[in-house]
Amino acid sequence: MRCNIFTQEHEIFRRTVKNFVEKEIKPYATEWDEKEEFPRELFKRLGELGFLGIKYPEKYGGAGLDFTYETVFIEEMARGGSLGMLLSILVQTDMATPAIYHFGTEEQKEKFLKPALSGEKIFAIGITEPGAGSDVAAIKTTAKREGDYYIVNGSKTFITNGAIADYITLAVKTAPEKGHRGISLLIFDTGTEGFSVGKHIKKMGNWASNTAELFFDNCRVPVENRIGGENMGFYYIMKGFETERLSGAVMAQAAAEYALEIALKYVKEREAFGKKIIDLQAIRHRLVDLMTEVEVSKRFLYYVIDKYVSGEDTLTEITMAKLWIGEMAIRVANEALQFLGGYGYTREYPIERILRDVRLYTIGGGTSEIMREILSKRLLS
Amino acid sequence: MKILVPVKRVPDPDVKIKLKKDGSGIDTEGLKFVINPFDEIAVEEAIRIKERLGDVEIVVVSIGGEESTEQLRTAMAMGADRAILVVHPDYIDPPNVAAILAKVVEKEQPDLIIAGKQAVDDDLGQAMQMLAEMLDYPQATFASKVEIDGTKVTVVREVDGGLTTVEFEMPGIITAELRLNEPRYASLPGIMKAKRKPLDKMTPADLGVEVSPKLTVKAMSEPPARKAGKIVESVDELVKLLHEEAKVI
Repeated sequence: MRCNIFTQEHEIFRRTVKNFVEKEIKPYATEWDEKEEFPRELFKRLGELGFLGIKYPEKYGGAGLDFTYETVFIEEMARGGSLGMLLSILVQTDMATPAIYHFGTEEQKEKFLKPALSGEKIFAIGITEPGAGSDVAAIKTTAKREGDYYIVNGSKTFITNGAIADYITLAVKTAPEKGHRGISLLIFDTGTEGFSVGKHIKKMGNWASNTAELFFDNCRVPVENRIGGENMGFYYIMKGFETERLSGAVMAQAAAEYALEIALKYVKEREAFGKKIIDLQAIRHRLVDLMTEVEVSKRFLYYVIDKYVSGEDTLTEITMAKLWIGEMAIRVANEALQFLGGYGYTREYPIERILRDVRLYTIGGGTSEIMREILSKRLLS
Repeated sequence: MKILVPVKRVPDPDVKIKLKKDGSGIDTEGLKFVINPFDEIAVEEAIRIKERLGDVEIVVVSIGGEESTEQLRTAMAMGADRAILVVHPDYIDPPNVAAILAKVVEKEQPDLIIAGKQAVDDDLGQAMQMLAEMLDYPQATFASKVEIDGTKVTVVREVDGGLTTVEFEMPGIITAELRLNEPRYASLPGIMKAKRKPLDKMTPADLGVEVSPKLTVKAMSEPPARKAGKIVESVDELVKLLHEEAKVI
């Protein structure tokens, strides 16, 4: 097993992303969070630099690389301080588009994947509904076949990019009586008649990302917009969760490291009782505990990534990484804030924001409870 | 047309440098290295000239250890065509840098040499002037604007209190000022392409140079910590202190 998954090319790429983040993300991170949005042009800018298509083939405008490069991208982007923005971007690259790439037709890839990777079009993924979160099979939005169209009726909620998306990778019931075997995925154009965006959903964290509820009232979707086979959607969704959870784990790990970096910088500068607080034993011991926790997680994560890019079945390890690192990030961000005392609690420092943002990680992309359920099935049955 | 761009590997200027305990040098443990920012501007300028003129080959050259390939690959990822690494991991002073580069110039016969005005690690800023002297080439240092018309090069230079414009006939040397341009990011496709671009390695001996530094680094130390300031009551008191204590007026 390799200890280092990165080559010289990765380091050069890391430099590029880092420079970009310093100039074009960091100065605006707070503003985007407060305004609860970030400029749409950022998608285009990221597209131009080739950041949105890292692991997609060159013929669709991608770079044809593996997930290790995406790891570098996520790690450096997370240090820009706007995890909400990053969440929006990852929905585009890792959650809404993989199904089109893996199971879509050549025409669909030309028409939908290309503009997604260039950043000209924004994607959302629509699975969750008011009555169906972790239990995907319980969705109620229906798509009834009428000639060359599906007639879509229903609603979705907690949809990241919901109000800004041009297209939605939408989970619908094409055979409601068949439970999870009756789900299909459609590429839904938000310009379709009968589609509307409900209220803007205010959240605890990740403010820069848009979250919306969506309504579908007799929306006509051409059959050619169906991804893969009819009633095969559940399988595609489950398959997609793998990458989504891995990139989620990378984001959580990077967020934890970022929180710890802020704390470290603070304790080296802050004085109390006549010395720098980093010289206080109570602080030092707690800090090294956190550094150990972060480092151990990181090594496991890199092992998982290495195994994943080799093509082996990594579902168990990805699930473990998502579970462990999601919970670790919350612990670390929470402890890191403590080092900053009163300042940590204010919005003068980004640490309170990180704590609010990382709280999502045991919920989004599959809850910790679901991760434990998957692991129980895989390890104990 | 051929442009030679010398680039140096330097510690990331955004990171606070730590010294080794014995003061013999900097602690490189965990330290990130980058292309000297002024050299990066020189690479960018060469690429912009290539974009304007078309038929231009850009060769980047570095003197250093094996790890300097990272900086050469970065320059190629930005758009340089090929690279030369003169392998010499130990400390080297400006006269020896110039001597090696003179041999590279003899071999490559570039029409233009564009480099950063100085490296941000030792801030010496001497090698290129020495190279110009050795080659008997015209030099335009601290360039903030470069124009090329046939074999004629017009350079706007930043000097104290203003700008001067100079002209020379190729071949010649330009050193880049901060305001010459803003370097592009090495794009992801560029990084992948750079992997396949040629990178030749040679030693100073291969070029017929025996490195014998005239300068040696004796010790490195931290600058003294800044002393606390003083708040004065009035302008009169300030003037008095500047005159009597600081002795600056």
